[in-house]
Amino acid sequence: MTQTIPPTPDAPFAVEMRGIVKRFPGVLANDHVDFELRAGEIHALLGENGAGKSTLMNVLAGLYRQEAGIIKVKGKPVEFHSPRDAIKSGIGMIHQHFMLVPSQTVTENVLLGLDDPRFFMRLPEYDAKVAAVGERFGLKVDPRAKIWQLSVGEQQRVELLKMLYRGANVLIMDEPTAVLAPTEIEGLFDILRSMVAQGKSVIFISHKLQEVTAIADRVSVLRRGVATATSVPSRGATRQELARLMVGRDVVFALEKKPGNPGKIVLEVKDIHADNDKGLPALRGFSLNVRAGEIVGVAGVAGNGQSELSQVIASMRKCKQGQVILNSESLTNHNTLFGIQHGMAYVPEDRNHVGSAPNLSVTDNVIMKKYRQPPISHAGMLDMSAAEKLARELKQAYDIIVPNVSTPVRLLSGGNLQRVILAREISGLPNFMVAVQPTRGLDVGAIEGVHRLLMAQRESGAGVLLISEELEELLSLSDRVYVIYEGKSMGEVKVGGVEPDESLIETIGLMMTGTPLDQIQKEGVGANG
Amino acid sequence: MDPIIILQAGVATGTVLLFATIGEILAERSGVLNLGVEGMMLIGAMTAFSTTIATGNPWLGVLAAMFAAGLISQIHAFITITLQADQVVSGLALTFLGTGISLVLGEGLSKAGTVSLLPNFSIPVLSQIPILGPILFTKQSVLVYIGYLFTPLTWYFINHTRPGLNLRSVGEYPSAVDSLGISVFGLRYFYVFVGGMLAGLAGATISLAVAPGWFSELTTAGQGWIAVGLVIFAQWDPVRAMFGSYAFGALRRLILDVQGPTIIFGLNNPFYYNPYWGFFLQMLPYAFTVIVLVIGSREAMRKRLGAPAALGNPYIRGERGK
Repeated sequence: MTQTIPPTPDAPFAVEMRGIVKRFPGVLANDHVDFELRAGEIHALLGENGAGKSTLMNVLAGLYRQEAGIIKVKGKPVEFHSPRDAIKSGIGMIHQHFMLVPSQTVTENVLLGLDDPRFFMRLPEYDAKVAAVGERFGLKVDPRAKIWQLSVGEQQRVELLKMLYRGANVLIMDEPTAVLAPTEIEGLFDILRSMVAQGKSVIFISHKLQEVTAIADRVSVLRRGVATATSVPSRGATRQELARLMVGRDVVFALEKKPGNPGKIVLEVKDIHADNDKGLPALRGFSLNVRAGEIVGVAGVAGNGQSELSQVIASMRKCKQGQVILNSESLTNHNTLFGIQHGMAYVPEDRNHVGSAPNLSVTDNVIMKKYRQPPISHAGMLDMSAAEKLARELKQAYDIIVPNVSTPVRLLSGGNLQRVILAREISGLPNFMVAVQPTRGLDVGAIEGVHRLLMAQRESGAGVLLISEELEELLSLSDRVYVIYEGKSMGEVKVGGVEPDESLIETIGLMMTGTPLDQIQKEGVGANG
Repeated sequence: MDPIIILQAGVATGTVLLFATIGEILAERSGVLNLGVEGMMLIGAMTAFSTTIATGNPWLGVLAAMFAAGLISQIHAFITITLQADQVVSGLALTFLGTGISLVLGEGLSKAGTVSLLPNFSIPVLSQIPILGPILFTKQSVLVYIGYLFTPLTWYFINHTRPGLNLRSVGEYPSAVDSLGISVFGLRYFYVFVGGMLAGLAGATISLAVAPGWFSELTTAGQGWIAVGLVIFAQWDPVRAMFGSYAFGALRRLILDVQGPTIIFGLNNPFYYNPYWGFFLQMLPYAFTVIVLVIGSREAMRKRLGAPAALGNPYIRGERGK
């Protein structure tokens, strides 16, 4: 990856934020934060989840109002009362969750909220205008396509287009790579470079260090609402240094991965077909197997059938064809209890609504799978003191930070909640676990903890199916990785050591965008890269 | 049992459903389900009738009906948009409220005598077209003709204008609308108001044109509920709503007509001789409504039918993906 030519250090400020303070009930999200962005640079804003990056940028984008501090755009103080004011000053934010209306065309989404055209839409005329802006910045996208027909990468381009069409000079991108396949990330970086070459400035919010060092000219770091570094040149900064600024302590990057010792097959998924919520086919003949003592990853860009796959395995979605076999017992279209009784553990994607009952206590949440057995219940009566004892033990063992076990779990942070769920699932001594996006939205420290627990499952001889959109996570944990694309398997690759090589990443990237493995092997890696 | 007459009457009665259904479509496309249509229609019918008695001008009656129903719809708007309460519960309450208010204020109106009604007329030239002429353009109420223009205009408005784009967007993905500086609350209040006004117009269409008079809650006889069902049946599209409304209008008339003759197709008419068969027929439109509402209340089915994605969800800023 090549570095852009850094802008001259004395390029004028595009944006200056001085002493920004923003409070939410009980949280000081930004504590006198300074931030500066020069014209023509890509500036990374680095920090863990909850460090206040998004808050700071939402202030700049006019969504929140700061309680103290000033914002200057091109040297002039400004006050934003709404995102509209910010856009008028040339500042546009691209949110992590795209602000696009799925049922409408690209042009309609670009024109939403503008004054021109005033009443009659005359779309064909504006399709051409939108296409012209796209052309200028290398954003290829069909203006007449409906948003739901586009890939996530294309949708992101529509978001950029929306802001560029409004004449934005400063583009704030909130974790733009979280949803992209590796090849798409390269494409995004090319677009960003072409934008700064034309005088735009980009603020790149991220918690991924390798991306920051790859794309950014300079870096600012936030930790717990305080800026721990402002405008450090990213060239020369090491990942370790940045991580320390971000987390406040040294972070172990490489997990210790002992050589695997896969045993017999615990889970077998054979040629399953299932529909999504809209009744459209989501899985079209997907097969995989997981052996005892190994972690098997499923990679893929969001929305290619991963959720449906996990739901079919956990018996939470009807499977129209094919079989799910756990420990040589067919689970196909049985209820979830049947799977649990046969050793299934499930860490669902939505930890707030599927993985836990938000208003119930830690105790209630950890006994959900055990409440029908002693010592938690006797002859149909719950023994709450036994339940609380168990909850306290798990709190201790899994390092769940909570004042007491009767606290409702909705008050827990993402990392703690995930530990509650993992404590419940693992304490049932499963021989197979399916975990979906187990670290999504967690900070670096919590991610480390979840990874350790998954590794411990592998070492204790359970099979783990890890479905994730984080390729790095998959590669560092898994023994094998399947790639899913439009509900079909693109093939399976073996993962060797902890640091995977570039060609493997490239191969997986191609598979994630729909090229089957056998075709890649036939044509040779990099044939169309 | 003349098919031309059935269809002609069907278009006239269907106009009531047309206004109410399109009004509800507009409200639902903005993301607000309003089950208060029946109540708002009764308010409209009662207001139209009593205003016309008081002033002698049926057009003032129509305006008053639209205003009164629009006003009462704002209770629902406040409860569901600002206070973010459950739209189903609030809508049901609005129906009870509207029914109650119109029954109290309408007390005695049924004996108030005759009022001047909205004009009926035929359209020259167009009424000479075979079949369509007598059905669509002969001796229909002025409101029926307004209905003809209203459907394509609404369709064009929703699909090809900027306010229409805003409307579609706020019902599908309100946070996108909010992020671009358009008021989600403002749009929703407005379209709930428009939906209320059209329900009021539908009420006025009954009491001043199609079935003149005030017969307390039998004035609407559950047509508000049929309109709510038709919205789902029409998949939130005004053109389909028009065909659905006219078809239901014709069905109502057919059910009445079928019970008239003593002999039907050379046999003794069971619908004439056995009143229970007649009741069964009269039940059908409501049974349809119940079935459609049950189907439409299933999340998965709603998605498949193309319901606005944010329908039924209050908008709370900062809550993502809603």
